[in-house]
Amino acid sequence: MKNSFTALLGADRQADRVVPPSGFTAQLTLFTAGAMAFLAVFALALSLAAGRLADRWASALAGTATIRISAPPEQMDTQVAIVLSLLSTTPGIASARAMDAAEQRALLEPWFGPDLPVDALPLPRLIEITEANPGYDGTGLRQRLAAEAPGAVLDDHTRWRRPMAHAAERLRLLGLLSLLLIAGATGAMITLAANSALAANLSVIRVLRLVGAKDSYIVRAFVRRFTLRALTGASAGTVFAMIGVALLPRADEAGAFLTGLGFQGAGWLLPLLLPPLAAVVAFAATRFAAFRTLKGLT
Amino acid sequence: MILFENVGYNYGGGELLSDVALRLAPGSFHFLTGPSGAGKTTFLKLAYAELRPTAGQVTLFGRDARTLARDDVALTRRRIGVVHQDCQFLDHLPLATNVTLPLTVCGKPGNTQDLTALLEWVGLGKLADALPPSLSGGERQRAALARAVIMDPDVILADEPTGNLDWEMSLRLLTLLVELNRMGKTILVATHDMNLIRQAKSQLAARVLRIANRRVQLAGADL
Repeated sequence: MKNSFTALLGADRQADRVVPPSGFTAQLTLFTAGAMAFLAVFALALSLAAGRLADRWASALAGTATIRISAPPEQMDTQVAIVLSLLSTTPGIASARAMDAAEQRALLEPWFGPDLPVDALPLPRLIEITEANPGYDGTGLRQRLAAEAPGAVLDDHTRWRRPMAHAAERLRLLGLLSLLLIAGATGAMITLAANSALAANLSVIRVLRLVGAKDSYIVRAFVRRFTLRALTGASAGTVFAMIGVALLPRADEAGAFLTGLGFQGAGWLLPLLLPPLAAVVAFAATRFAAFRTLKGLT
Repeated sequence: MILFENVGYNYGGGELLSDVALRLAPGSFHFLTGPSGAGKTTFLKLAYAELRPTAGQVTLFGRDARTLARDDVALTRRRIGVVHQDCQFLDHLPLATNVTLPLTVCGKPGNTQDLTALLEWVGLGKLADALPPSLSGGERQRAALARAVIMDPDVILADEPTGNLDWEMSLRLLTLLVELNRMGKTILVATHDMNLIRQAKSQLAARVLRIANRRVQLAGADL
């Protein structure tokens, strides 16, 4: 099979000539291969974008939650100690750490400037929690905090993203599934086209067998033709779709999902794999169809 | 070369041919005759492995036809030239390309001088660039003969080659077959044209086989 693929890429036009040219079917094959590649580029862009989104949200989840403790100054250290010990016995928490005054000042600096007298202000203390996998039970933790340290508030700002990350993950899967379906549909379409070409050229095939042509020679004539058509059509479709993706309006990092649809960096090389992939699918499909047809002839 | 031993063929509704025993010796010239539907074409198809015998054994160039793989059949056909009554060509390619098709499919380079000489010999020198659909019946038969001999085969099988031709053209084709036989080719011609057979017997020692009652028999001198 590998040999016939390389022979195909060589200058074997002789085998191609023995099958009469077929204008209309050829155009249909070209068009369908192009349309499939066009769709495949978007499915690919969708899965890549969904993948990026899922990764970003997942890494945000792996980050931190915060517990804010507001208490009178004389009770502050006691409450911090209570919360820290409580957190150390809570399942699903990888680590918990109280921020010191310098860190808190650094956090506030962008808003209040460097000269802020932090010590003079009744600032709440912050405890940074790193979540383990699987995560902690938010409701349970809130209840325990309310019972033992009334001034502590769990600020779980990333939790709402968990279902979103799930959805993005699903979307990536759906995109990949679409790619598989497109590849399958391309194969089915090429098989149909090849079968009709084989049926239309049965008399040619009979003549070739009569004068001593081996199956591989006859198969090559059809395979070469359909592989080249699929390659050409898919190349055109891919180019158009890539231009379309490139012309999508850009948005900054915080942009919504739709505007994030596209390729980044080396990702632009991925759609270039689609035309060769279409060629391989066409090669295999035509070869299969041709050998099956020939089996019925002597 | 081609050997039939107790060969039978059954399309499914009873045997069409039974107990056929025949040896095509190198350099021989055979006619095969019999009424339409008696099995002449079936016999020829058995001889070039288009059909496999349902009984007995056909041996082609020393190999049992039933054991031939598809590629072996292709190789065998390069040594057997076949001319049909209704000969088929690749209609989109010119005559010269059609005649050299057997060389093309086995990857041999064609020799332009040989081709020109061959086309002259069958009287189609001026039609090398014509497309097959534009040829007359006689021209098609001679083109098919040229295609059948371009590989320099050992055996030439012709199925009613003169069926569509007038007497003059039939004689011309017969002359070509006789010349090929004199060059050492083994020839088997299926025909029901008794005049053609008589004409041939006046030129060479042809043997006549007749299909009757599902058997292939050597006909006597009653022709």
